[in-house]
Amino acid sequence: MKVKGAIIAAAAVMAVSTAANAATLDDVKAKGFVQCGVSTGLAGFAFTDANGVWDGFDVTFCRATAAAIFGDANAIKFTPTTGKTRFTALASGEVDILYRNTTWTLSRDVDLGFTFTGVNYYDGQGFMVRKSLGVKSAKELDGATVCIQTGTTTELNLADFFRANGMSYEPVPIETNAEAQQKYLSNACDVYTTDASGLAATRATFEKPGEHVLLPEIISKEPLGPLVRQGDDQWADISAWVLNALIIAEEKGVTKANVAKLAADGSADPEVNRLLGKEGSYGEMLGLPADWAVHAISAGGNYGEIFERNVGESTAIGLARGLNQLWSKGGILYAPPFR
Amino acid sequence: MATISTSGDTNFRIGMLIYDTRYRSYTIQIIALIVFMLAAAWLLNNVIQNLADLGKTFGFSFLGETASYDINQRLIDYSSTSTHARAAVVGILNTLLVAILGCITATVVGVIAGVLRLSNNWLIARLMTIYVEGFRNIPVLIWILITVAVINETLPAPNQFRGADPDASPLLGGMLVLTNRGFYIPAPVMGDMSMAVVIVFLLSIGVMIGFRRWAKKRQEATGEILPMFPISLAILFLPTILVFFLLGMPITLEYPELKGFNFRGGVFMRDSLIGLWLALSLYTGAFTAEIVRSGILAVSKGQSEAAFALGLRPGRTMNLVILPQALRVIVPPLISQYLNLTKNSSLAIAVGYMDATGTLGGITLNQTGREMECLMLLMGFYLVTSLSISVVMNWYNERVKLRER
Amino acid sequence: MNDSHKPFVAAGDIPPSPPPSSVVGPVAWMRENLFSSIPNAIMTLVGAFIIYSLLASVIPWLFLDSVWNATSLGNCREIDEGACLAVIKERYLQFIYGFYPEEERWRSIVAFVLMIVAVWPVLFAGAPRKMLYVSALYPAVAYWLIWGGTIWGPVGVMLGPVIAIIAYRILNPVLRGTSMEEGIAGILAILLAGLVLVLWWLFGVEVFDGILSSVVFIGLPVVESSKIGGFLLSLIIGVSGIAGSFPLGIALALGRRSNLLFIKAMSTGFIEFVRGVPLITLLFVASTLLNYFLPPGTSFDIILRVVIMVTLFAAAYMAEVIRGGLAALPKGQYEAADALGLDYWKSMRLIILPQALKISIPGIVNTFIGLFKDTTLVSVIGLLDPVGILNPIRADQNWNGIVWELYGFIAIFFFIFCFGMSRYSMYLERKLQTGHR
Repeated sequence: MKVKGAIIAAAAVMAVSTAANAATLDDVKAKGFVQCGVSTGLAGFAFTDANGVWDGFDVTFCRATAAAIFGDANAIKFTPTTGKTRFTALASGEVDILYRNTTWTLSRDVDLGFTFTGVNYYDGQGFMVRKSLGVKSAKELDGATVCIQTGTTTELNLADFFRANGMSYEPVPIETNAEAQQKYLSNACDVYTTDASGLAATRATFEKPGEHVLLPEIISKEPLGPLVRQGDDQWADISAWVLNALIIAEEKGVTKANVAKLAADGSADPEVNRLLGKEGSYGEMLGLPADWAVHAISAGGNYGEIFERNVGESTAIGLARGLNQLWSKGGILYAPPFR
Repeated sequence: MATISTSGDTNFRIGMLIYDTRYRSYTIQIIALIVFMLAAAWLLNNVIQNLADLGKTFGFSFLGETASYDINQRLIDYSSTSTHARAAVVGILNTLLVAILGCITATVVGVIAGVLRLSNNWLIARLMTIYVEGFRNIPVLIWILITVAVINETLPAPNQFRGADPDASPLLGGMLVLTNRGFYIPAPVMGDMSMAVVIVFLLSIGVMIGFRRWAKKRQEATGEILPMFPISLAILFLPTILVFFLLGMPITLEYPELKGFNFRGGVFMRDSLIGLWLALSLYTGAFTAEIVRSGILAVSKGQSEAAFALGLRPGRTMNLVILPQALRVIVPPLISQYLNLTKNSSLAIAVGYMDATGTLGGITLNQTGREMECLMLLMGFYLVTSLSISVVMNWYNERVKLRER
Repeated sequence: MNDSHKPFVAAGDIPPSPPPSSVVGPVAWMRENLFSSIPNAIMTLVGAFIIYSLLASVIPWLFLDSVWNATSLGNCREIDEGACLAVIKERYLQFIYGFYPEEERWRSIVAFVLMIVAVWPVLFAGAPRKMLYVSALYPAVAYWLIWGGTIWGPVGVMLGPVIAIIAYRILNPVLRGTSMEEGIAGILAILLAGLVLVLWWLFGVEVFDGILSSVVFIGLPVVESSKIGGFLLSLIIGVSGIAGSFPLGIALALGRRSNLLFIKAMSTGFIEFVRGVPLITLLFVASTLLNYFLPPGTSFDIILRVVIMVTLFAAAYMAEVIRGGLAALPKGQYEAADALGLDYWKSMRLIILPQALKISIPGIVNTFIGLFKDTTLVSVIGLLDPVGILNPIRADQNWNGIVWELYGFIAIFFFIFCFGMSRYSMYLERKLQTGHR
């Protein structure tokens, strides 16, 4: 009867893709698109619109990577991953690169067999409470019920923080952001904790965002960045330098609007010329076309533009640049020189 | 087809391995064994190679490392400095807790609903049909989400109990506090000499069992029936109560009190536990009701008529004639319902109840990245639990089985 | 005898007087069925109160005060206090299709209609036997319709058995021509044909697909798995799980009843293992572990991985249902088959299985209901089934904080579907019972 059902599907979909050891760039070029792992849905960072098109801060970096390789920001497919599935998806070769609010930690870098190639967002874990509670500091949270989104480093930081301050608390671990915020909204938790960016994004979707405050304490360092499988230096370099290129572009004032003109006419600044492939053969070194950075910047603009458009102060999420400002403007974004 | 080989035919041909029924079964089994071993070896080889490619090792030493996360519901001592192994045990105990509670209430709910469905009260019978069909035909995950949402959304938050004129107040004179974060009931506080009360109570249980045995023997010998229920009740409670007051009430109750963000003191049953427990009991109860109903219907009407003809009262007819026979039909499917409930309790992960799936298969798995080891342990735990339930229940089943003489 | 005084003799029966009003009519009915005794009366009142309070809260909420036209939850609450059904109105297509592209949705409808056509000859005996071929082709067609891509892939996979049979037809005489013993040659031919089949599926299909696609490209736009969601996904998983588990379940049931010790042990072990662990752990295996068991570098679609695990899961339950059917057959049937001189496979195929499967159909339908309900668990591993689709909806600023309307909608859908199926299985049970007497 329908014995063949499963086998059919199996055989038809078993598109064998080499992972792990092989050169990821060659594979990506062969299949014609980059497979990027993103969050299942976090306002401002990775979400789908009503038509199922992905957009957001992390998504734009993915698109820039695809544009650098193919010259086409749409030569990309997205795999939504949960906290549980993201590392397996990357390890098994299901995705080529993971841009999913993943904190750079030693054990992940070393023990799990991945390479973090940079930081696209410096974050830290914060707390959100109702204004009506009158809580001014996280140190006043003794005995509170805390909703946590599991599958991240969040629960570990939280345990450390409360232990260090000799306070007790009642953890309520929840698998997804939507479910956790539902609990928080129904007042089943006093506090909601996750990365400060995530809190801001969540608060932005509330009906009355003004009734909730983020507490001043940031209890952890959460450098969020892209990661790739260990052992493929070329692919790691590409992912690192796409990110660096976008940061340098902001530093040098190369924007989505003027990049095409600068690429055509050249600039007085030699670093801009190197960046845009007018001087040197930096693209070739990476195994990319000479104008790779032009395409990467055209995809969504430079770092600052990406930030402002997706999560910046003019958006509903309303995040300040803070640490994510350029080093020259008081932040810690610092890309190595492009030469 | 097989040619019948005579015993004198000694020259063995390879074809006989297939055509001779004497050898065929061995041939097939050996081929199956080889195929199985090859498949197993292939899978194992893939695993080893994949792990090597990822630079991962296989081992359970991670269980000894510090878990560094907290668990809200702990039946044994646990803190974030405990090991992953201990976290797993905490989760396992939580699974067993909700499974046992669920099995008990599911049985109670199921028996009541099953009997009421057969009631000659038209309205009640219809109402029970609605309950059974409603719960059986909607996924248990949705019921779990709904019950927890009911608790979270409709009950008052702790800070609504605050103030001079609060929106909500504890029930039963402070004994029961229903908040949207869970229910609080008083906890017993053991004072000096409280052990004496406990010991007296345990002794009473023993005496009561002895009394019932004796009464049964007496009944078999003389035919006299003693009022078992009130006497048992008296044996069970009177001495304990007496000792309790004689010793000056050594056991007191600790009432929940609103302190800070939450109530403190008393026994706290979290929203996730209550919701999960309730949903699992009602869902499994609906299936149990059907089992009970068909079990009772399976006892032929002649049996109850015969019992009535003998002059047994309806209560005794039920206890002595109908139920013992119905139980034989009810118990086997009931076992599988208990198994289902235990397995369904793994859905706890959807509402944040920290059961074995939540600790071992959840946070520990995420933090250590040991998918293979964690899932092996998790499946092993469920397998052992399921098999032990089957073994116990099959033993019981064997005991109540009709012994034909 | 004095005949002058004739005693009264009734000419006929006195017409029966109408029954007293206490025995017939609605009052009597109520007395008998609702208030026959004091406890009964109390229960009736309690029941009536429960029904009243349920209706009193649900009816105004769902019908009288509900809001169908609003743009957000806040907007809803401003208009009226009842259910905010506007969210259902806005999102019901997502509940059905997930993020399946709008212009391609007709394909899943076609696949659904074809499914009914394909299921018809399986579930209803009256259908023409030829229709079974349509059923056999259905999986490939449905796969192609739903996922799109070139048609040659599924066609190639479907050609597999045909190629294997041809290979067997060629190999068999050739091998028998050699000096080998006949039996061995036959077995070898079967094994080689099997090998051809596996090789074809592993490598041949890809080549076949590549060549034909470059010559004549017939295809539909590809739809990625991550876009498939909603009830469509539940149906895909449920139906393919049950269809795949059917042959596997038969094999396991026969294996468990077999008197070949090793086969029996293997089948029993598999069945007990799968029935002993929760489905969710198997889904975790599908989402995080399955890749480890495959050759390095292989990776395939998450929905497919889930379908594989669900199929294995359902097969164990199916096996027990079919085993029940096999056990329920009178022993005489087995003996009669043996007496006719049929070998094991013939007796199974011609005598035992047709009867055993017929008895098991209600159980199979019940297994399907259970499996269909269990598909909601895939939301836990991040797939967008109806429960999973709640997350993006509630993450939307407009519908943040909405609960009952969404749960209620999903619950009602599942109720209608599962209740319908369970009625069908009861009907079958009754029909099959009378057939036996």
